[in-house]
Amino acid sequence: MSVEDDITLKLENALHPQHLDVVNESHKHNVPAGSESHFKVVIVSDEFNGKMLVARHRMINKILAEELQAVIHALALHTLTPEEWAEKGVAPASPPCMGGGK
Amino acid sequence: MDVLERIDEQVKKNPVMIFMKGTPQFPSCGFSSRTAEALKQCGHEFGYCNVLADAEIFENLPRYADWPTFPQVYINGELIGGCDITLEMFEKGELQKMIAEAVAGKA
Repeated sequence: MSVEDDITLKLENALHPQHLDVVNESHKHNVPAGSESHFKVVIVSDEFNGKMLVARHRMINKILAEELQAVIHALALHTLTPEEWAEKGVAPASPPCMGGGK
Repeated sequence: MDVLERIDEQVKKNPVMIFMKGTPQFPSCGFSSRTAEALKQCGHEFGYCNVLADAEIFENLPRYADWPTFPQVYINGELIGGCDITLEMFEKGELQKMIAEAVAGKA
């Protein structure tokens, strides 16, 4: 299973999102072709209601702890409640790479 | 000094502190760059630590506040988040307010 599918499955099972978009952005970075290292996640879930952004990100970091430890180098997170998503409807673009691999 | 104590000292000494890849002048990661830029635009001085220049902090910062990625921004000793949270707060005007209050409190 690809890392992208793994992230999708884990988040679906844990947070039952109304909307989930997992994008592999590794090709925009200084890594070999076909890498699965840089991801962007846009997730809309009722589970975020009444929670601060730090708490929402912590939930995701916990669900993906294994992947963050092993394979994920960068994870852009956009965590919204259904109300926020209805209002906003779009997530910002991730920044370009500047070469600081490590 | 223990590395976690070194981190703690920097976090407590600076009302606004960023741990980033590179420096605010020469960032070496897009996420760090954007985050430092948002802090700069708030118009107050802030402390920074280049995690690429300090292997011990690079290895241990994730367990300091149980946060796995860089950059990390601390205001008044509290982790406020990484790039996405900092930018979202900046866009809403919340970051400017929080930083102004933190800097005023220190003076």
